[in-house]
Amino acid sequence: MLFALQDVAAPEGRTDFWTDGGTLWLPPQSSTTAHVIDNAFYFILWSSTILTIGVAIAMVVLAWKYKRKSHAEHPQPVHESKLLEISWSVIPTILVVIVFFWGFQAYVDTSIAPSDAYEIRVDGQKWFWTFTYPNGMVSPNEVVVPAGQPIKFVMTSHDVLHSFFVPAFRIKNDVIPNRYQYVWFNAPEEGVYQVVCTEYCGTSHSNMSAKIRVVGRGAFYEFLASGGAGGEDLPPAEWGEQLYTSRNCNTCHTIDGTPSTGPTWLGTWGTTRTFTNGTSAVFDDSYVNESVMDPGSQILQGFQPQMPGYESMLSDRDVLAIAAYMRRINGVATAADTSLSLPADSTTVAPETAPATLDE
Amino acid sequence: MTDHAATVEEPDVRDGAHGHEHHDVMVRGYDGKLHPAHLQHFFATPQQQFEASKLGMWLFLVTEILLFGGMFVAYAIYRAWYPELFAESSTQLDTLMGALNTLVLLASSLTVAWAIRGAQTDNQKVLFWNLIMTVALAGTFMVVKYFEYTHKFDLGIFPGQHFVMPDGRTIGELGPLADIEPLVLQEEDMAALAQHAPPAAEHAVADGSDASEEHAGEAHGPGAHGLTNPRSGIFFSIYYVMTGIHGLHVLIGMVAISILAWQSKRGKYSSVYYTPVENVGLYWHVVDIIWIFLFPLMYLI
Amino acid sequence: MSTLTQSAPSAPKTTVYPPGHEPVHNYLRQPAPPAGAKGLARAWFHARTWLTSVDHKRIGIMYLISVSVFFAAAGILALFVRLELFTVGETIMTADTYNRVFTMHGVIMVFAFIIPSIPAALGNFNLPLMIGAKDVAFPRLNLMSLYLYWIGVLFMLYSLTTGGVDTGWTFYTPYSKETTTAVLAVGLGVFIAGFSSILTGINFIVTIHKMRAPGMTWNRLPLFLWSIYATAIVQVLATPVIGITMALLALERFIGIGIFDPALGGDPVLFQHFFWFYSHPAVYIMILPAFGVISELMGTFSRQKVFGYKLVALSSVAIALLGFLVWGHHMFTSGQSPLSSVVFSMITFLIGIPSGIKIFNWVATMYKGSVWLQTPMLYALIFLFVFTIGGVTGIMVGALGVDIHLHDTYFIVAHFHYVMMGGTVMAMLGGLHYWWPKMTGRLYSEPLGKLSALLVFLGFNLTFFIQFIMGSQGMPRRYYDYPDMPWLEPLHQVSTVGSWVLALGLLLVLFNGIHSLFRGKLAPGNPWGAVTLEWSGCSTPPDPHNFHATPLVTHGPYDYYAIFSGDGAMAAGGTAPIPDVAVGAPQPDKPGAETN
Ligand code: HEA
Ligand code: HEA
Ligand code: HEC
Ligand code: CUA
Ligand SMILES: [Cu+2]
Repeated sequence: MLFALQDVAAPEGRTDFWTDGGTLWLPPQSSTTAHVIDNAFYFILWSSTILTIGVAIAMVVLAWKYKRKSHAEHPQPVHESKLLEISWSVIPTILVVIVFFWGFQAYVDTSIAPSDAYEIRVDGQKWFWTFTYPNGMVSPNEVVVPAGQPIKFVMTSHDVLHSFFVPAFRIKNDVIPNRYQYVWFNAPEEGVYQVVCTEYCGTSHSNMSAKIRVVGRGAFYEFLASGGAGGEDLPPAEWGEQLYTSRNCNTCHTIDGTPSTGPTWLGTWGTTRTFTNGTSAVFDDSYVNESVMDPGSQILQGFQPQMPGYESMLSDRDVLAIAAYMRRINGVATAADTSLSLPADSTTVAPETAPATLDE
Repeated sequence: MTDHAATVEEPDVRDGAHGHEHHDVMVRGYDGKLHPAHLQHFFATPQQQFEASKLGMWLFLVTEILLFGGMFVAYAIYRAWYPELFAESSTQLDTLMGALNTLVLLASSLTVAWAIRGAQTDNQKVLFWNLIMTVALAGTFMVVKYFEYTHKFDLGIFPGQHFVMPDGRTIGELGPLADIEPLVLQEEDMAALAQHAPPAAEHAVADGSDASEEHAGEAHGPGAHGLTNPRSGIFFSIYYVMTGIHGLHVLIGMVAISILAWQSKRGKYSSVYYTPVENVGLYWHVVDIIWIFLFPLMYLI
Repeated sequence: MSTLTQSAPSAPKTTVYPPGHEPVHNYLRQPAPPAGAKGLARAWFHARTWLTSVDHKRIGIMYLISVSVFFAAAGILALFVRLELFTVGETIMTADTYNRVFTMHGVIMVFAFIIPSIPAALGNFNLPLMIGAKDVAFPRLNLMSLYLYWIGVLFMLYSLTTGGVDTGWTFYTPYSKETTTAVLAVGLGVFIAGFSSILTGINFIVTIHKMRAPGMTWNRLPLFLWSIYATAIVQVLATPVIGITMALLALERFIGIGIFDPALGGDPVLFQHFFWFYSHPAVYIMILPAFGVISELMGTFSRQKVFGYKLVALSSVAIALLGFLVWGHHMFTSGQSPLSSVVFSMITFLIGIPSGIKIFNWVATMYKGSVWLQTPMLYALIFLFVFTIGGVTGIMVGALGVDIHLHDTYFIVAHFHYVMMGGTVMAMLGGLHYWWPKMTGRLYSEPLGKLSALLVFLGFNLTFFIQFIMGSQGMPRRYYDYPDMPWLEPLHQVSTVGSWVLALGLLLVLFNGIHSLFRGKLAPGNPWGAVTLEWSGCSTPPDPHNFHATPLVTHGPYDYYAIFSGDGAMAAGGTAPIPDVAVGAPQPDKPGAETN
């Protein structure tokens, strides 16, 4: 999307269950720490399975063997066996002690990030993820990271709780407003890995996903150098169309006339909008700018103040492009909207001259 | 379980207890008086009934303590996180009024105890007038609370988002506090990454102190309390919720004791039967004890 | 048809009552309506006599009907949840609808069904009967609990009129503060239902302490009551905290007190601590009574003393108390301090030990017993198997590192359905079949009962076992759709089909019950040959006053041999069993013999 990585021969994430090194129970181990968690998982799984089968067999055998044959049966009371009672208290105790230490060790081994980890900031908000590189480059819903390098995501939320989960890496942590949490991983293999949100966060909780694209070191530098922006080579309306999906406007705004979480964009251009505080404004470029940068300032009647602010994620040029796209939907596009004439006056964030290097 | 031993010895006493009508036989075994109407048919003896309701009351009081326990935990946690906030905000509480209320409640505990004693010794006068005194003291407590609350409201000291800062804005209007000061900075090098966050805290606090200087002359009016910590609202939320729920309990106690007084006037309680007086008395002591904890925690330290 | 063996159409035939104490009517019999009352007036009369009755048995029945209705309602919501997940993409409802449906499913199941289910329905009915009392200690309080429960549930249902609530049953802030759905109504409902639970708990503790019949020592207390007792302790100690939590949440929404709201400087993780401080102990409110039912079933249907009676009894109390110290295991990824995670994980495992002791003792109870595989016993055996799976997967998710991967995935969903549906509901079904003749005076159809147990067992495992796999593969919970994992579709479909089998099984249970009310054979006094007082000491169905003479208890709850063998063991002890107890002896005929 933003950055075409044709040179990376990576599959677009998982396509099947129980393949690519995955097992019946667990997805492929795609991080250097995944096996630690998996070993603990399998140890408990198999010891539990043995235990459960043991209980089941004992149950069936006893029920069968001592099946009632006549109601006249009055079995003698059984003498309780101290030995038996002690053994089935002590053996499970030993077992759970092992399990505890194993689980604890797995936690310690996997949760402490190495000090040389490359830090990327992650912002969760309804219902998308934004990744910010140390050089200020912003990338929504997809993050490109180098293979074989410890990466640390420092995460916070702008609204409600979310949770950042990458099944293939066995990492998960809640993302909380007003706090910074982190997860870290080191993915040795190139590929695309799915991120999902595992803390309930409202309507599109199940669509709040992102991709982690693990690429070779060269491709990563190339990506950083590109600045992650783009769109210079596109007419504004088309760039706006891309932003519509890549910046997740589409999770709340439709372009077919049906209102969803937010109002539709069809048939609204140039109309007068009335707000909950009684004021009104005409739907034009500056209105779009205001709506996007400071959505809380005026709430459209009949809607909730749900829309996140995009100050840090959209440049002026981006906003103009979105406005151009809206005009196109509404059939009032100008010539400039659909041609490349508009000068690329500003990009999202001016990329640093040199890409940030990974200190190793 | 003493009743057990007793009933096993006198199984016939138990057997007599069935059915809707109470048999005289059963009653004579107890205190020689006739037919206590309060003995419910499913209890074997008045003794059993008394012990059952007392145990029930104790359990209920345990739940009350746990109810407040939850709030005390919230208090403790926030206090541990923001010690300065608590030190600063509690200066706004009127220690004198708090102390006065402590005395009032202690006195009321004494009067209920006295009332129970009155019931036990069949002294109807002592019983009745001490109940009345208790209600009056509880009323005094509520009046003092009323003055405390209204004084705070005058200063704009409302709970949570409605708390008025010295600059006249409420905390709700300050905008998300999230950017002020992250609760837990997992690592120092986070600071570099958190550069996006506008340093709103400094603004808010700075605005606040300016404003409070402006308002320094005024003794009243919203915001004239000099508290600039944007989390003051939380302290006062805890204060209002805890004292509010406590006040609700005082009100419920007043109603209950008034009913008792009315019933005692009609001669319902005597040394033979005074379980409700005893139980409400227990309740009242617990309400008192909770205040004994609230007072120093909120007002003093 | 029935393999049940009693010939007597009703108990009194073999009962020897003291002169003048013959049962005149059972508790179900209604007084005659006022002369001339017809139609509505008559219906109102009957409704009123029921609704104002303080008889613990009638209250128990009213609870039973209520919880069954809510179970069915929430179960039907679950069927919709499963149906939506049948295909990738929108199947039958939108995301917003789905969020409300699963939330209402969870809320109703937890607060309106499972918490009151066994204690308030079966417990209320049996507790006084089992200790030889005429009623609970506070009958009017008992009725008030029922009303509070109804009012609480009404508030929860009221939210449906405004479209339900969409927070998940855990009400996490700040989402629950921001959402526009009816959190206030549901929170209030939970608050009120909580009071009901507290009052029931107090009532039961006092009843068990103070109302036991002479000779009913703690060592002779049926294990069901030990469980009820342990449950009541948890109800009394934990429920006030959910009360204050809901009150604070309401205030948060109402006036913005900010304690849990990060936007005002508060802390959402604190809310989670508050919530789980109640809700973890609450899972033992759900399971401990089930343990009690299983103890009764294993004893009666094996005709053996429950193996390790004392350990089984005390382990209930141990679980109840330990249960207060582990709430943080729901929060391993929440941002609580790693140190507390470690401590919580450790204590979590300790609970496995008393639970294991119970399982092993129950299995051992069958050893050298006389195992009668009637429907209730089938449910007990299903419970042993299924709950063990639920329990050991609890151990898996209690392991710190492992839970990082499994938290908030379908693995958790599978875990808690294995313990709640597979544990509590199976035990509830077993108990319901077991006490059905006692409560209604009718026998359900045994073959139909067995068939439905089989279907329930199969359907249940089909629905939920595969969810373990989905979860560990990474399927998050509370997902209306799984667009990023379309390869999970076949697994979801198996689960959905399973839920249909399960529903069919449950429908048969329902049919069997209703059918028996109208067509069922009259139940004998003690169809299972149990020796606990509710079977051996009073008529079937019980008299309004339970016992005509206060029973004198001379034996333990599972002393089958001593009582039935007639070797004079009881007499040698010096006290003859009171006459009613002898009623319990079943006829010495063969199973399957049709003597009707
Ligand atoms: C009836 C309800 C019930 C019961 C009884 C239990 C019982 C247990 N539960 Fe469960 N649990 C829930 C209901 C219940 N749970 C619910 C509803 C949730 C999800 C809430 C939500 O988020 O919505 C949950 C979630 C949950 C979590 C959080 C997971 C997460 O969200 O990430 C954890 C973690 O530790 C856990 C652990 C346990 C443990 C260790 C037990 C133990 O008590 C189990 C003990 C039993 C056994 C272990 C089996 C028998 C023992 C033996 C045969 C002996 C030998 C065994 C060993 C040596 C291991 N449960
Ligand atoms: C007591 C607790 C309990 C019980 C018994 C059940 C029973 C079931 N549950 Fe549920 N469930 C929860 C408690 C429970 N659940 C909780 C707490 C959650 C979490 C919610 C949250 O995340 O917030 C949850 C979540 C949950 C989910 C996850 C939703 C998600 O995360 O997106 C799913 C999905 O499969 C599910 C399915 C089922 C199914 C198929 C049943 C089946 O077992 C149901 C079987 C019952 C029936 C089918 C009804 C049968 C009745 C009749 C046949 C009688 C008919 C009567 C009339 C017509 C009047 N449940
Ligand atoms: C979380 C949901 C959500 C997302 C994501 C979202 N919006 Fe909105 N938007 C809303 C809601 C709700 C409203 C109406 C309330 C208001 O005025 O703030 C709205 C209003 C608007 C309006 C005013 C529309 C009108 O009809 O008056 C514009 C313009 C707008 N959004 C643009 C965008 C753009 C551009 C994006 C993406 C870059 C976006 N929105 C992303 C929820 C969202
Ligand atoms: Cu974000 Cu769920
Ligand atoms: Cu738990």
